[in-house]
Amino acid sequence: MIIIEILKIENLGFFAQNKQILDSINLKIQEGEFVSIVGPSGSGKSTLLKIIANIISKTSGNLYFNGKPIEEYNSSDYRKEVSYCFQAPVLFGKTVKDNLSFPYEIRNMEFHKEKSIKYLEEVNLPADYLDKKINTLSGGEKQRIAVIRNVLFQPKVLLLDEITSALDAENRDIIWNWLCNIKANSNMTILMVSHNEDDSKLGDKIISIQDGKLELQEVE
Amino acid sequence: MDLQIAPFTLILSFSLVLIGMFISYRENLGTWKEIIYSITRAVIQLAIIGYLLTYLFEANNAIITSSMVLVIAFNASWNAHKRSNNISNSLKISMISIFTSVLLSLGILLISGSVKFIPSQVVPITGMICGNAMTTIGLCYRNLNNLFRDQRQQILEKLSLGASPKQAATSILREAIKLGMQPALDSAKTLGIVTLPGMMSGLMFAGTMPLTAIMYQIMVTFMLVATTSISSYIASFLAYKEFFNKNQQLTA
Repeated sequence: MIIIEILKIENLGFFAQNKQILDSINLKIQEGEFVSIVGPSGSGKSTLLKIIANIISKTSGNLYFNGKPIEEYNSSDYRKEVSYCFQAPVLFGKTVKDNLSFPYEIRNMEFHKEKSIKYLEEVNLPADYLDKKINTLSGGEKQRIAVIRNVLFQPKVLLLDEITSALDAENRDIIWNWLCNIKANSNMTILMVSHNEDDSKLGDKIISIQDGKLELQEVE
Repeated sequence: MDLQIAPFTLILSFSLVLIGMFISYRENLGTWKEIIYSITRAVIQLAIIGYLLTYLFEANNAIITSSMVLVIAFNASWNAHKRSNNISNSLKISMISIFTSVLLSLGILLISGSVKFIPSQVVPITGMICGNAMTTIGLCYRNLNNLFRDQRQQILEKLSLGASPKQAATSILREAIKLGMQPALDSAKTLGIVTLPGMMSGLMFAGTMPLTAIMYQIMVTFMLVATTSISSYIASFLAYKEFFNKNQQLTA
């Protein structure tokens, strides 16, 4: 089997507000890997994920996706392949459908209702949730819809930034079971930041960031 | 035409300003200095423009008239730019929006024969177009700044799903254009019911029959609706790009 290096990070640094937030990060991630990133608050975990997502730009070093420097990609095309899910996502528009149709809109494609309903049901939300007003949803429901939004068109790399930190155990299990199921049936790479020890153990590789530096890589 | 206003009667009408100053003094509003400053500035500006327009009307020269149109349009662009609250390239954006509005609105009025290319018609019409475009663009800038600040997280989420800056900002753009046009549309709705607008009132003051005056006012209303639409559309579509950097990321 050919192993594809989907992400390669070389001497990556991020300097902002007179502070070196990330310093000389070197990391290689292979296609299909599930990597957990752990570390104390403020250590730079989320910053690293946002840089990989191209939501912010590194201030030094190199970042390669599929062997090509990130600068060579059109940013919006890149983000369709490397998709970032926020810790406390904001749903937009009025209904759940407005959110699930958005990935189709930006690709100039017709909304695939059946697929959205299938995904809603897989995360324990009934089909009629499609027309539900977003301001009537609970935090757990919003997070589930946000994750569906990210994987309706399966990205090559899914970046999850503490997506279950504000959720109860039941919601957390629903989301992880669903994502692990998708992962098992595809070659999607997942990078996840988490404070929760149980969540971190889901990854087949754990890396730790301390004070902006990569401290250890532990293979499970 | 029975228009007689002598400097002495103007001095008497200054008593109206004294009422404003009295209220300010009585209620301790602290605005009397501002009232004096605003009134003095208005009088000086109007006196200068009065002499300038007299010269312009008498000269009746196409080059001088066109230059005046350009000066008015530039001044309006400069003032709109100052209201942008640091949106990059706002002078350029304001100039493109205002010059296009003038070109289209004035152009159509001239081609249709509603307005003649003489200074007494072109200069006031340009003033109205530019004044309205300036207010509209200022509003669009303010709305864009507010919406990009309030909906920052939503834009970030859309970008992270792979939306282009334009796709991510579409809802904001629609809102900013709509809000920018709203005052002009609201005032058009109340024309003749609540307000007798300046141009129509001025014509009637000067002795024009009301039915002729309203024809001009209807033309001005058409022109202003077009102006606000054109200027808000162009300004918003050019300005939203300034909220993103070359990597299609939201600027701080």
